[in-house]
Amino acid sequence: MSGQMRRGSTAIVGAATYGNGEMKGYEALDLAAQASRLALADAGIKLSEVDGLFVCLPQDFLSGLSLAEYLGLHPKITDNNRTGGSAFLTHTELASLALDAGLCDVVLIAYGSNQRTMSGKVVSAFGASRIEQPYKPMIPLSAYALAAARHMYQYGTTSEQLAEVAVSARKWANLNPEAFARGPLTIEDCLAKRVVADPLRVSDCCLVTDGAAAIVMTRADRARDLAKKPIHLLGAAAATSHSQIAQMPDLTVTAAKESGARALAQAGLSIHDVDIVELYDAFTINTILFLEDLGFCPKGEGGRFVQGGRIAPGGELPVNTNGGGLSCTHPGMYGLFLLVEAVRQLRGEAGERQIADTNIALCHGNGGVLSSQATNILGTPQTV
Amino acid sequence: MTDMAPMESWFHFLSEGQFRIQQSRNSGTYVFYPRMLAPGTGEDDLEWVEPSGLGSVYSTTVVRQRPPNADYNIAIVELDEGPRLMTRVEGLPPSEVRIGMRVRARISRPTDGEAILVFDVETLP
Repeated sequence: MSGQMRRGSTAIVGAATYGNGEMKGYEALDLAAQASRLALADAGIKLSEVDGLFVCLPQDFLSGLSLAEYLGLHPKITDNNRTGGSAFLTHTELASLALDAGLCDVVLIAYGSNQRTMSGKVVSAFGASRIEQPYKPMIPLSAYALAAARHMYQYGTTSEQLAEVAVSARKWANLNPEAFARGPLTIEDCLAKRVVADPLRVSDCCLVTDGAAAIVMTRADRARDLAKKPIHLLGAAAATSHSQIAQMPDLTVTAAKESGARALAQAGLSIHDVDIVELYDAFTINTILFLEDLGFCPKGEGGRFVQGGRIAPGGELPVNTNGGGLSCTHPGMYGLFLLVEAVRQLRGEAGERQIADTNIALCHGNGGVLSSQATNILGTPQTV
Repeated sequence: MTDMAPMESWFHFLSEGQFRIQQSRNSGTYVFYPRMLAPGTGEDDLEWVEPSGLGSVYSTTVVRQRPPNADYNIAIVELDEGPRLMTRVEGLPPSEVRIGMRVRARISRPTDGEAILVFDVETLP
């Protein structure tokens, strides 16, 4: 047994977003269904051909069943794995294995949320546990603030460095017509914002939007004959380290260290081969932690690494090229949007923000309170 | 106590003014939060023991509220016995709690709710 998927044996052949921003009155399923239609149209595949469905909606524990019913599908495989916002990067891993084994032929992975117009605040399928609830933490906010505080204490990371992450994301968003938060943003602007959970300010926190995304996957042999350039899954791996923040073994080290290393090994690549990086930036500290844990810089150096515009447009490492959860979109769970942006970049469809000569993308999803980590390595046909 | 469920025991001890955590009889490892099995080994050999009550602040944050609601502290304390727990450090402004501070456990009995475990600063680091 090789213990890993066959590199590049499956591919993303359709990708779409829908309704980013405000979609008042629409149900989460309405948005997920529209994104699904657009992704299938992008692939040139009929809805009736979908026989594998992977979905995870925040307010619907049985969303795999709900979306199948809504779309009129009878999938052979219905997967509702929910590890938080990372779920979709585990969906691709398992979908790839199922496709490769011939258990199904066309996989649809979909997400939608109306959390902005429905409630105006973060809708989370999880909150504080019975043991933490008496202290009234704001979960997930307090948890990420605790991680940021520890990183600052241990490595001297500064509020300016956190702000640099937000400013870089905004600069990318300003190149993306789909991004929800656009306009100038400076480090000084960020530092003048209200502190919401020390040391995090409003500008360190992701957006709350409505929105939907979907991708379609097939085996590589079929992918070759479809309209758009297939984007192959070269490696995928996940790791879980805890559920509650107080149980995280080390608040400055995430399991991205494990998922990233395994995904890269599957892909037969090193971190230096990666052209673009899409990281789940629910908070600015995430970007710093994941850059370190994935190996782009040594542990503790993430704050200094992002300084001077290194991850902004024109910088040496393009990170979160759509504007990320901080400035593009964050409808409750952001994982699937990482993959859509990577596909657009690898196909050369990213317009003004397009990175030239891009062949390898690393997408990294995070779930819970830094609890679940999932890494996908995507590549153009020439990388297979 | 032995026939009481783990989480029920935790809150019962607190209501009686006692701070107890679990310890694995075989490995000696201390465990928090309360559960049926020792994590890692899976052994059902956990016993309730009295910890020293001393620990250090591992991380800290403040839940900022709009006035008139008061800001409050949220901390993770690492007990001298090893386990970490979410709690609140009291007796100083919430933003003045510092990582590394030595703290001592105290059972707080809010008039409007159940007894909870909080910590007071023992000495400055």
